Amino acid sequence: MAVQKLPLAKAINESLRVALDTDPKVLIMGEDVGKLGGVFRVTDGLQKDFGEGRVIDTPLAESGIVGTAIGLALRGYRPVVEIQFDGFVFPAYDQIVTQLAKMHARALGKIKMPVVIRIPYGGGIGAVEHHSESPEALFAHVAGLKIVSPSTSADGYWMMQQAIQSDDPVIFFEPKRRYWDKGEVDTEAIPGPLHKARVTRTGTDLTLAAYGPMVKVCLEAAAAAAEEGKSVEVLDLRSMSPIDFDTIQTSVEKTRRLVVVHEAPVFYGAGAEIAARITERSFYHLEAPVLRVGGFHAPYPPARLEEEYLPGLDRVLDAVDRSLAY
Amino acid sequence: MTVESTAAARKPRRSSGTKRAGAKTASQPKASEPQLVQLLTPEGERVKNDEYDGYVADITPESLRGLYRDMVLTRRFDAEATSLQRQGELGLWASLLGQEAAQIGSGRALRDDDYVFPTYREHGVAWCRGVDPTNLLGMFRGVNHGGWDPKTNNFHLYTIVIGSQTLHAAGYAMGVAKDGADSAVIAYFGDGASSQGDVAESFTFSAVYNAPVVFFCQNNQWAISEPTEKQMRVPLYQRAQGFGFPGVRVDGNDVLACLAVTRAALERARTGQGPMLVEAFTYRMGAHTTSDDPTKYRADEEREAWEAKDPILRLRAYLERESAADEAFFAALEKESEALGRRVREAVRAMPDPDHMAIFDHVYADGHALVDEERAQFAAYEASFSDSGAGAVEEGK
Ligand SMILES: Cc1ncc(C[n+]2csc(CCOP(=O)(O)OP(=O)(O)O)c2C)c(N)n1
Ligand SMILES: [Mg+2]
Repeated sequence: MAVQKLPLAKAINESLRVALDTDPKVLIMGEDVGKLGGVFRVTDGLQKDFGEGRVIDTPLAESGIVGTAIGLALRGYRPVVEIQFDGFVFPAYDQIVTQLAKMHARALGKIKMPVVIRIPYGGGIGAVEHHSESPEALFAHVAGLKIVSPSTSADGYWMMQQAIQSDDPVIFFEPKRRYWDKGEVDTEAIPGPLHKARVTRTGTDLTLAAYGPMVKVCLEAAAAAAEEGKSVEVLDLRSMSPIDFDTIQTSVEKTRRLVVVHEAPVFYGAGAEIAARITERSFYHLEAPVLRVGGFHAPYPPARLEEEYLPGLDRVLDAVDRSLAY
Repeated sequence: MTVESTAAARKPRRSSGTKRAGAKTASQPKASEPQLVQLLTPEGERVKNDEYDGYVADITPESLRGLYRDMVLTRRFDAEATSLQRQGELGLWASLLGQEAAQIGSGRALRDDDYVFPTYREHGVAWCRGVDPTNLLGMFRGVNHGGWDPKTNNFHLYTIVIGSQTLHAAGYAMGVAKDGADSAVIAYFGDGASSQGDVAESFTFSAVYNAPVVFFCQNNQWAISEPTEKQMRVPLYQRAQGFGFPGVRVDGNDVLACLAVTRAALERARTGQGPMLVEAFTYRMGAHTTSDDPTKYRADEEREAWEAKDPILRLRAYLERESAADEAFFAALEKESEALGRRVREAVRAMPDPDHMAIFDHVYADGHALVDEERAQFAAYEASFSDSGAGAVEEGK
């Protein structure tokens, strides 16, 4: 059946399965991705069906995982590697920033780096330290990397297909607290471009722009605002590098107000980049300064404070009100 | 090396028709092949060991009972934490079940002025250091990221990022050496951690600077779902040699052997002989953490085989064999265990949730303008929900 209702984790799993099935050069690598199927079961059953040569339990060494993925890519493979949690990517940061991102440019285009790095990210699951981070800006700042984050099961499925087909390295941020959310996946659909934003809800008074885990919160905020007679448009950015500024601009020139929402700290975050660009592009259309809702300039707190730390419905609505009050 | 053996090494050795690849594999000991320092058999019999007996020559029936008590209470505390997680009082728990001897043996080898760098599973070592068990539970409950002052007991905060703390230990030990002190440092890590670059780098640094550090690896056979074969092809302790310091494998379920070997390693460190690697060969009897389901990846039989080597039963058998403890001792300990369980349970349930504003505490030692600004904005935002605080909110985030 072409249309199935799947949780996000399962949609990505199906997508990886298709990739393994159709391209013998695709490899899955990571800690506990084999028999266990990953700590979130995103690779569940894949080693059983494709063998240990294709779905590889690696030593516990992230720099090694990404470094060897680079070597395998040089040899013609298309590795899809899993970093078990957002907070554990940093041993690999050197390989990603100094090697993976720059290899194509250094070789004057003669080398391609079709490596996908999957990272479950973000908070909201009551975890201990280093399991709830949103480090996307630390990667978006690096030229040579492409960065995406699906918010729905359909995007999980299709964006993974596209990421694997990409000849550039893609960091694929998976919103872990949405892994269990179900959504329809049409495996025969014709997907739109990987780096294009989507208008998820149309509105006329204000634009909320978000990606990954915060799209759902923004849709809830838009629904709540509608009850108060405010018409809020919601954009799912889907890609943090490149960012589809055209779609944001079109929306903002209609609504004249923009609030950017992400879990990651506001300071030097994606919202800052978007606010600056949209101010440059649409200065005369704006009725209010671009506002940002996101994390504080503080370490991700212990689990019993994450509800306060994470931007929730009320924080988003508060920003909506402040923007509309201008 | 003698002239003879050099000559022998030059001779071609392909005579028996063994395939080269095959010969190579055969000469590599498997990572799981135990060649252990053992002072107590699984049946609780004391076996002689010329190299290490001297390190436990001072052990009396009383100190044996002390080690036994440490292990029993640690296991009791650990079981209580597991059940508190099941009851929703903790978000997560990483059980040390099965590793009591490795932790108590090594922990009791330390002096007060030694410094410990744990992973997230060293509850038994924490016990030996005098850290209140309830303090360990704050981070697993989600009220803090480590609720004790490392300097009080020379017991560093738990480190979740695999392998990082081994470098801190090497650096701390470099400092100890610079200061001319005779204390030592011990770094705990797992078999999985041994693959991390940080761990290799910590070996290099401590070897090069002759740092007084003991690397204590609890090889519990598993790194979540991955067996040791995914991390190494020679027994871990042998790796030390390549870095220029000795390594030894000890029966990690034998508390006496762990005590003796760690004492020997610490003595080396204290006397300027540099680092040493101790591989405590043990077994993770439980799940990786309460979030894990080991039935997905390992067989029950393996666990059952290790049950026969249980560290606590082993010492009990020895105590009984030596008439070093009587029924009254065991009965009193049982009571003490229950009291500890109760105390921990009550303390955890009474642990208050942190104040919301704690998000902004201790981000910087010297303060930061943005943190101050965000704290004030957040306070105003929170106040806007209370009856008294209603009104305009200037909230930037
Ligand atoms: C850098 C890093 N990568 C991944 C993880 C996730 N993780 C937590 S524990 C663990 C396995 C550790 O195994 P081992 O070192 O053998 O210690 P054990 O848990 O067996 O005590 C993994 C992969 C992590 N905490 N840090
Ligand atoms: Mg282990």
